[in-house]
Amino acid sequence: MKRYFPFILIAAVAMLTVGSGAMLYRAKQRSVAAAAAPSAGATAGATGTGASAMTPEHVRGASGAPVTLEEFGDFQCPACATTAGVIQALEKVYGKRLRMIFRQFPLPAHQHGRDAALATEAASLQGRFWEMHDLLYEKQATWSREPDVRPLFESYAQELHLNVPRFKKDFESEQVAAQVDRQREYGVSRGVQNTPTLFINSQLVTPPFTPERLQEAIDAAMSGHKSS
Amino acid sequence: MTTRQKQSEKSSARDSLARARVVFNAIAAVVALAGLADATYLTVAHLAGDNSVCGPSQPCSIVLGSAYAQIAGIPTAAFGAVAYFSAFSAATLAAFGYPRARSFLIVIVAAMFAFTLWLLYLQAFVLHAFCPFCLLSAAFTFCLAGLTLATPPAR
Repeated sequence: MKRYFPFILIAAVAMLTVGSGAMLYRAKQRSVAAAAAPSAGATAGATGTGASAMTPEHVRGASGAPVTLEEFGDFQCPACATTAGVIQALEKVYGKRLRMIFRQFPLPAHQHGRDAALATEAASLQGRFWEMHDLLYEKQATWSREPDVRPLFESYAQELHLNVPRFKKDFESEQVAAQVDRQREYGVSRGVQNTPTLFINSQLVTPPFTPERLQEAIDAAMSGHKSS
Repeated sequence: MTTRQKQSEKSSARDSLARARVVFNAIAAVVALAGLADATYLTVAHLAGDNSVCGPSQPCSIVLGSAYAQIAGIPTAAFGAVAYFSAFSAATLAAFGYPRARSFLIVIVAAMFAFTLWLLYLQAFVLHAFCPFCLLSAAFTFCLAGLTLATPPAR
Protein backbone atom coordinates (compact mmCIF):
# COMPACT_ATOMS: atom_id res chain seq x y z
CA MET A 1 0.00 0.00 0.00
CA LYS A 2 2.82 2.37 1.00
CA ARG A 3 4.38 1.81 -2.41
CA TYR A 4 1.30 3.15 -4.15
CA PHE A 5 0.61 5.98 -1.70
CA PRO A 6 2.56 8.72 -3.57
CA PHE A 7 0.77 7.84 -6.81
CA ILE A 8 -2.61 7.96 -5.07
CA LEU A 9 -1.65 11.36 -3.62
CA ILE A 10 -0.59 12.67 -7.04
CA ALA A 11 -3.79 11.40 -8.68
CA ALA A 12 -5.87 12.96 -5.88
CA VAL A 13 -4.16 16.35 -6.37
CA ALA A 14 -4.70 16.11 -10.14
CA MET A 15 -8.41 15.38 -9.68
CA LEU A 16 -8.78 18.07 -7.04
CA THR A 17 -7.07 20.64 -9.31
CA VAL A 18 -9.20 19.77 -12.34
CA GLY A 19 -12.39 19.63 -10.24
CA SER A 20 -11.84 22.90 -8.40
CA GLY A 21 -10.65 24.52 -11.65
CA ALA A 22 -13.89 23.49 -13.39
CA MET A 23 -16.01 24.77 -10.50
CA LEU A 24 -14.11 28.05 -10.41
CA TYR A 25 -14.48 28.36 -14.19
CA ARG A 26 -18.26 28.00 -13.93
CA ALA A 27 -18.40 30.53 -11.10
CA LYS A 28 -16.23 33.00 -13.04
CA GLN A 29 -18.37 32.61 -16.16
CA ARG A 30 -21.47 33.40 -14.11
CA SER A 31 -19.85 36.50 -12.59
CA VAL A 32 -18.61 37.67 -16.03
CA ALA A 33 -22.13 37.23 -17.45
CA ALA A 34 -23.61 39.09 -14.46
CA ALA A 35 -21.12 41.94 -14.94
CA ALA A 36 -21.99 42.20 -18.64
CA ALA A 37 -25.74 42.31 -17.97
CA PRO A 38 -25.91 45.83 -16.47
CA SER A 39 -23.77 47.08 -19.37
CA ALA A 40 -26.29 45.78 -21.87
CA GLY A 41 -29.00 47.49 -19.88
CA ALA A 42 -27.03 50.69 -19.98
CA THR A 43 -26.92 50.51 -23.78
CA ALA A 44 -30.67 50.61 -23.84
CA GLY A 45 -30.74 53.29 -21.16
CA ALA A 46 -28.25 55.44 -23.02
CA THR A 47 -30.73 56.04 -25.78
CA GLY A 48 -33.55 56.70 -23.36
CA THR A 49 -33.76 58.98 -20.40
CA GLY A 50 -30.16 60.05 -20.31
CA ALA A 51 -27.22 59.26 -18.09
CA SER A 52 -26.83 60.44 -14.57
CA ALA A 53 -23.57 61.85 -13.17
CA MET A 54 -20.93 59.18 -13.62
CA THR A 55 -17.58 58.24 -12.21
CA PRO A 56 -14.87 58.98 -14.77
CA GLU A 57 -13.37 55.87 -16.29
CA HIS A 58 -10.26 57.48 -17.71
CA VAL A 59 -8.27 59.59 -15.30
CA ARG A 60 -4.62 60.59 -15.57
CA GLY A 61 -2.76 62.44 -12.83
CA ALA A 62 -2.86 62.78 -9.07
CA SER A 63 -6.25 62.20 -7.43
CA GLY A 64 -5.70 65.10 -5.04
CA ALA A 65 -4.81 67.58 -7.79
CA PRO A 66 -6.38 71.03 -7.23
CA VAL A 67 -7.36 71.32 -10.90
CA THR A 68 -9.24 68.79 -13.02
CA LEU A 69 -9.37 69.22 -16.76
CA GLU A 70 -12.17 67.20 -18.30
CA GLU A 71 -12.33 66.61 -22.02
CA PHE A 72 -15.13 65.24 -24.16
CA GLY A 73 -13.32 64.14 -27.27
CA ASP A 74 -13.57 62.37 -30.59
CA PHE A 75 -10.41 60.68 -31.81
CA GLN A 76 -11.07 61.57 -35.44
CA CYS A 77 -11.57 65.24 -34.74
CA PRO A 78 -8.45 67.19 -35.84
CA ALA A 79 -9.00 69.91 -33.23
CA CYS A 80 -9.07 67.20 -30.55
CA ALA A 81 -5.68 65.92 -31.72
CA THR A 82 -4.23 69.43 -31.54
CA THR A 83 -5.78 70.01 -28.12
CA ALA A 84 -4.46 66.64 -26.90
CA GLY A 85 -0.93 67.86 -27.68
CA VAL A 86 -1.56 71.09 -25.78
CA ILE A 87 -3.00 69.21 -22.80
CA GLN A 88 -0.06 66.82 -22.70
CA ALA A 89 2.33 69.76 -22.58
CA LEU A 90 0.27 71.33 -19.78
CA GLU A 91 0.28 68.07 -17.83
CA LYS A 92 4.08 68.22 -17.92
CA VAL A 93 4.09 71.83 -16.77
CA TYR A 94 1.64 71.37 -13.88
CA GLY A 95 2.62 67.82 -12.88
CA LYS A 96 0.72 66.65 -9.80
CA ARG A 97 -1.35 69.83 -9.68
CA LEU A 98 -3.36 68.86 -12.77
CA ARG A 99 -5.64 65.87 -13.24
CA MET A 100 -7.00 64.93 -16.64
CA ILE A 101 -10.28 63.14 -17.36
CA PHE A 102 -11.19 61.92 -20.81
CA ARG A 103 -14.73 61.06 -21.85
CA GLN A 104 -15.80 59.61 -25.18
CA PHE A 105 -17.90 61.80 -27.44
CA PRO A 106 -17.63 60.33 -30.97
CA LEU A 107 -19.37 62.55 -33.48
CA PRO A 108 -21.59 60.86 -36.10
CA ALA A 109 -19.97 63.05 -38.76
CA HIS A 110 -16.68 61.21 -38.31
CA GLN A 111 -16.64 57.89 -40.13
CA HIS A 112 -14.21 56.19 -37.74
CA GLY A 113 -14.80 58.22 -34.58
CA ARG A 114 -16.88 55.52 -32.92
CA ASP A 115 -14.49 52.72 -33.93
CA ALA A 116 -11.62 54.71 -32.44
CA ALA A 117 -13.60 55.17 -29.22
CA LEU A 118 -14.28 51.40 -29.14
CA ALA A 119 -10.56 50.72 -29.70
CA THR A 120 -9.55 52.85 -26.72
CA GLU A 121 -12.21 51.24 -24.52
CA ALA A 122 -11.04 47.76 -25.60
CA ALA A 123 -7.46 48.81 -24.77
CA SER A 124 -8.73 50.15 -21.45
CA LEU A 125 -9.93 46.66 -20.49
CA GLN A 126 -6.27 45.66 -20.73
CA GLY A 127 -5.11 48.69 -18.75
CA ARG A 128 -3.79 50.65 -21.76
CA PHE A 129 -6.40 53.33 -22.35
CA TRP A 130 -4.04 56.31 -22.23
CA GLU A 131 -1.43 54.62 -24.40
CA MET A 132 -4.07 53.94 -27.07
CA HIS A 133 -5.50 57.46 -26.58
CA ASP A 134 -2.09 59.04 -27.23
CA LEU A 135 -1.32 56.72 -30.15
CA LEU A 136 -4.65 57.34 -31.92
CA TYR A 137 -4.24 61.09 -31.68
CA GLU A 138 -0.61 60.85 -32.79
CA LYS A 139 -1.49 58.73 -35.83
CA GLN A 140 -4.85 60.34 -36.57
CA ALA A 141 -3.73 61.49 -40.02
CA THR A 142 -2.84 57.89 -40.96
CA TRP A 143 -5.91 55.94 -39.84
CA SER A 144 -8.49 58.63 -40.59
CA ARG A 145 -7.96 58.19 -44.34
CA GLU A 146 -8.28 54.40 -44.32
CA PRO A 147 -11.55 52.86 -45.49
CA ASP A 148 -11.22 50.06 -42.90
CA VAL A 149 -9.48 51.06 -39.69
CA ARG A 150 -9.76 47.78 -37.81
CA PRO A 151 -6.56 46.15 -39.14
CA LEU A 152 -4.68 49.35 -38.26
CA PHE A 153 -6.16 49.48 -34.76
CA GLU A 154 -5.20 45.84 -34.28
CA SER A 155 -1.65 46.66 -35.33
CA TYR A 156 -1.65 49.50 -32.78
CA ALA A 157 -2.88 47.02 -30.15
CA GLN A 158 0.05 44.79 -31.04
CA GLU A 159 2.42 47.75 -30.83
CA LEU A 160 1.16 48.37 -27.28
CA HIS A 161 1.76 44.68 -26.39
CA LEU A 162 -1.96 44.06 -25.94
CA ASN A 163 -3.51 40.64 -26.22
CA VAL A 164 -4.80 41.14 -29.78
CA PRO A 165 -7.42 38.33 -29.90
CA ARG A 166 -8.91 39.69 -26.67
CA PHE A 167 -8.71 43.25 -28.01
CA LYS A 168 -10.65 42.19 -31.12
CA LYS A 169 -13.27 40.40 -29.01
CA ASP A 170 -13.67 43.37 -26.64
CA PHE A 171 -13.81 45.80 -29.59
CA GLU A 172 -16.96 44.06 -30.78
CA SER A 173 -18.45 43.46 -27.34
CA GLU A 174 -21.64 45.00 -26.04
CA GLN A 175 -19.86 45.97 -22.86
CA VAL A 176 -17.44 48.25 -24.71
CA ALA A 177 -20.17 49.71 -26.95
CA ALA A 178 -22.23 50.47 -23.84
CA GLN A 179 -19.25 52.14 -22.24
CA VAL A 180 -18.91 54.53 -25.20
CA ASP A 181 -22.66 55.18 -25.33
CA ARG A 182 -22.78 55.92 -21.60
CA GLN A 183 -20.02 58.49 -21.82
CA ARG A 184 -21.51 60.14 -24.89
CA GLU A 185 -24.94 60.31 -23.28
CA TYR A 186 -23.38 61.84 -20.19
CA GLY A 187 -21.81 64.49 -22.43
CA VAL A 188 -25.20 65.21 -23.99
CA SER A 189 -26.70 65.58 -20.50
CA ARG A 190 -24.06 68.22 -19.78
CA GLY A 191 -24.80 70.11 -22.95
CA VAL A 192 -21.84 68.91 -25.00
CA GLN A 193 -22.45 69.25 -28.73
CA ASN A 194 -19.02 69.46 -30.29
CA THR A 195 -15.52 68.23 -29.68
CA PRO A 196 -13.31 69.00 -28.02
CA THR A 197 -15.38 70.31 -25.14
CA LEU A 198 -13.35 71.13 -22.06
CA PHE A 199 -14.29 71.71 -18.47
CA ILE A 200 -11.86 72.95 -15.87
CA ASN A 201 -13.05 72.15 -12.36
CA SER A 202 -16.50 71.58 -13.89
CA GLN A 203 -16.55 75.05 -15.49
CA LEU A 204 -17.00 75.07 -19.26
CA VAL A 205 -14.00 76.51 -21.11
CA THR A 206 -14.69 78.24 -24.41
CA PRO A 207 -12.40 77.79 -27.42
CA PRO A 208 -9.84 78.44 -28.81
CA PHE A 209 -7.79 76.04 -26.73
CA THR A 210 -4.38 77.60 -27.14
CA PRO A 211 -1.69 76.80 -24.55
CA GLU A 212 -1.88 80.38 -23.23
CA ARG A 213 -5.65 80.39 -22.78
CA LEU A 214 -5.74 77.00 -21.13
CA GLN A 215 -2.85 77.92 -18.86
CA GLU A 216 -4.70 81.08 -17.89
CA ALA A 217 -7.86 79.09 -17.10
CA ILE A 218 -5.90 76.51 -15.09
CA ASP A 219 -4.09 79.22 -13.12
CA ALA A 220 -7.41 80.91 -12.39
CA ALA A 221 -8.89 77.59 -11.21
CA MET A 222 -5.82 76.99 -9.09
CA SER A 223 -6.02 80.37 -7.38
CA GLY A 224 -9.76 79.83 -6.88
CA HIS A 225 -8.97 76.49 -5.26
CA LYS A 226 -6.41 78.13 -2.97
CA SER A 227 -8.73 80.94 -1.92
CA SER A 228 -11.64 78.58 -1.23
CA MET B 1 36.82 4.59 18.30
CA THR B 2 35.86 1.05 17.44
CA THR B 3 34.75 -0.07 13.99
CA ARG B 4 31.25 -0.68 15.35
CA GLN B 5 31.05 2.90 16.70
CA LYS B 6 32.25 4.28 13.37
CA GLN B 7 29.64 2.25 11.51
CA SER B 8 26.98 3.41 13.94
CA GLU B 9 27.94 7.07 13.40
CA LYS B 10 27.93 6.61 9.62
CA SER B 11 24.54 4.97 9.81
CA SER B 12 23.17 7.76 11.99
CA ALA B 13 24.54 10.39 9.54
CA ARG B 14 22.90 8.50 6.66
CA ASP B 15 19.60 8.44 8.56
CA SER B 16 19.67 12.16 9.27
CA LEU B 17 20.49 12.89 5.60
CA ALA B 18 17.61 10.65 4.51
CA ARG B 19 15.30 12.47 6.94
CA ALA B 20 16.50 15.84 5.60
CA ARG B 21 15.80 14.67 2.04
CA VAL B 22 12.26 13.65 3.00
CA VAL B 23 11.63 16.95 4.82
CA PHE B 24 13.05 19.13 2.00
CA ASN B 25 11.14 17.22 -0.68
CA ALA B 26 7.93 17.37 1.37
CA ILE B 27 8.31 21.15 1.76
CA ALA B 28 9.02 21.43 -1.99
CA ALA B 29 5.81 19.48 -2.68
CA VAL B 30 3.80 21.87 -0.48
CA VAL B 31 5.35 24.94 -2.20
CA ALA B 32 4.58 23.38 -5.61
CA LEU B 33 0.97 22.87 -4.47
CA ALA B 34 0.69 26.57 -3.56
CA GLY B 35 2.14 27.48 -6.98
CA LEU B 36 -0.33 25.10 -8.62
CA ALA B 37 -3.24 26.88 -6.90
CA ASP B 38 -1.96 30.29 -8.06
CA ALA B 39 -1.39 29.16 -11.66
CA THR B 40 -4.73 27.30 -11.81
CA TYR B 41 -6.59 30.39 -10.61
CA LEU B 42 -4.93 32.57 -13.27
CA THR B 43 -5.58 29.98 -15.99
CA VAL B 44 -9.26 29.74 -15.10
CA ALA B 45 -9.64 33.55 -14.92
CA HIS B 46 -7.99 33.86 -18.35
CA LEU B 47 -10.18 31.17 -19.93
CA ALA B 48 -13.35 32.63 -18.41
CA GLY B 49 -12.43 36.12 -19.68
CA ASP B 50 -12.59 37.52 -16.16
CA ASN B 51 -11.13 41.06 -16.19
CA SER B 52 -11.75 41.63 -12.50
CA VAL B 53 -8.86 39.45 -11.27
CA CYS B 54 -6.62 42.47 -10.78
CA GLY B 55 -9.24 44.66 -9.14
CA PRO B 56 -8.36 48.34 -9.58
CA SER B 57 -4.65 47.58 -10.17
CA GLN B 58 -3.73 48.88 -13.62
CA PRO B 59 -0.20 47.35 -13.77
CA CYS B 60 -1.73 43.94 -13.04
CA SER B 61 -4.24 44.38 -15.89
CA ILE B 62 -1.42 45.40 -18.21
CA VAL B 63 0.49 42.18 -17.51
CA LEU B 64 -2.46 39.78 -17.53
CA GLY B 65 -3.98 41.46 -20.58
CA SER B 66 -0.74 41.59 -22.54
CA ALA B 67 0.24 39.56 -25.58
CA TYR B 68 2.53 37.53 -23.29
CA ALA B 69 -0.40 36.27 -21.21
CA GLN B 70 -0.80 33.47 -23.72
CA ILE B 71 1.50 31.39 -25.90
CA ALA B 72 0.08 29.90 -29.10
CA GLY B 73 -3.43 30.53 -27.80
CA ILE B 74 -2.77 28.72 -24.51
CA PRO B 75 -2.74 30.82 -21.31
CA THR B 76 0.83 31.21 -20.06
CA ALA B 77 -0.46 30.39 -16.57
CA ALA B 78 -1.55 26.95 -17.86
CA PHE B 79 2.10 26.13 -18.60
CA GLY B 80 2.84 27.19 -15.04
CA ALA B 81 0.09 24.91 -13.69
CA VAL B 82 1.50 21.94 -15.61
CA ALA B 83 5.02 22.76 -14.40
CA TYR B 84 3.92 23.09 -10.76
CA PHE B 85 1.99 19.83 -10.97
CA SER B 86 5.05 18.08 -12.42
CA ALA B 87 7.22 19.57 -9.66
CA PHE B 88 4.70 18.43 -7.03
CA SER B 89 4.67 14.89 -8.45
CA ALA B 90 8.47 14.72 -8.63
CA ALA B 91 8.92 16.12 -5.11
CA THR B 92 6.32 13.71 -3.69
CA LEU B 93 7.96 10.72 -5.37
CA ALA B 94 11.40 11.94 -4.25
CA ALA B 95 10.11 12.24 -0.66
CA PHE B 96 9.00 8.62 -0.85
CA GLY B 97 12.48 7.59 -1.98
CA TYR B 98 12.03 7.13 -5.73
CA PRO B 99 15.60 7.64 -6.97
CA ARG B 100 14.91 9.07 -10.45
CA ALA B 101 12.36 11.57 -9.16
CA ARG B 102 15.04 13.93 -7.88
CA SER B 103 16.70 14.23 -11.31
CA PHE B 104 13.29 14.94 -12.83
CA LEU B 105 12.60 17.56 -10.15
CA ILE B 106 15.94 19.28 -10.86
CA VAL B 107 15.18 19.47 -14.60
CA ILE B 108 11.64 20.80 -14.05
CA VAL B 109 12.69 23.38 -11.47
CA ALA B 110 15.60 24.57 -13.66
CA ALA B 111 13.19 25.09 -16.58
CA MET B 112 10.72 26.89 -14.30
CA PHE B 113 13.49 29.09 -12.94
CA ALA B 114 14.62 30.12 -16.44
CA PHE B 115 11.01 30.76 -17.55
CA THR B 116 10.36 32.83 -14.42
CA LEU B 117 13.43 34.98 -15.13
CA TRP B 118 12.11 35.61 -18.65
CA LEU B 119 8.66 36.57 -17.30
CA LEU B 120 10.23 38.93 -14.76
CA TYR B 121 12.29 40.50 -17.55
CA LEU B 122 9.11 41.04 -19.62
CA GLN B 123 7.34 42.67 -16.70
CA ALA B 124 10.26 44.91 -15.80
CA PHE B 125 11.58 45.96 -19.21
CA VAL B 126 8.91 45.35 -21.84
CA LEU B 127 5.58 45.91 -20.10
CA HIS B 128 6.90 48.18 -17.31
CA ALA B 129 4.28 46.72 -14.99
CA PHE B 130 4.13 43.92 -12.44
CA CYS B 131 1.28 41.63 -11.46
CA PRO B 132 1.12 40.36 -7.85
CA PHE B 133 0.00 36.86 -8.91
CA CYS B 134 3.02 36.57 -11.21
CA LEU B 135 5.38 37.83 -8.51
CA LEU B 136 3.88 35.31 -6.07
CA SER B 137 4.48 32.55 -8.61
CA ALA B 138 8.06 33.77 -9.09
CA ALA B 139 8.55 33.60 -5.32
CA PHE B 140 7.26 29.99 -5.27
CA THR B 141 9.63 29.06 -8.09
CA PHE B 142 12.62 30.65 -6.35
CA CYS B 143 11.64 28.79 -3.16
CA LEU B 144 11.47 25.53 -5.11
CA ALA B 145 14.89 26.22 -6.66
CA GLY B 146 16.37 26.94 -3.21
CA LEU B 147 14.85 23.79 -1.71
CA THR B 148 16.00 21.64 -4.63
CA LEU B 149 19.55 22.96 -4.31
CA ALA B 150 19.53 22.53 -0.53
CA THR B 151 18.22 18.93 -0.62
CA PRO B 152 21.11 16.55 0.16
CA PRO B 153 21.75 14.24 -2.81
CA ALA B 154 21.03 10.52 -2.40
CA ARG B 155 24.05 8.23 -2.55
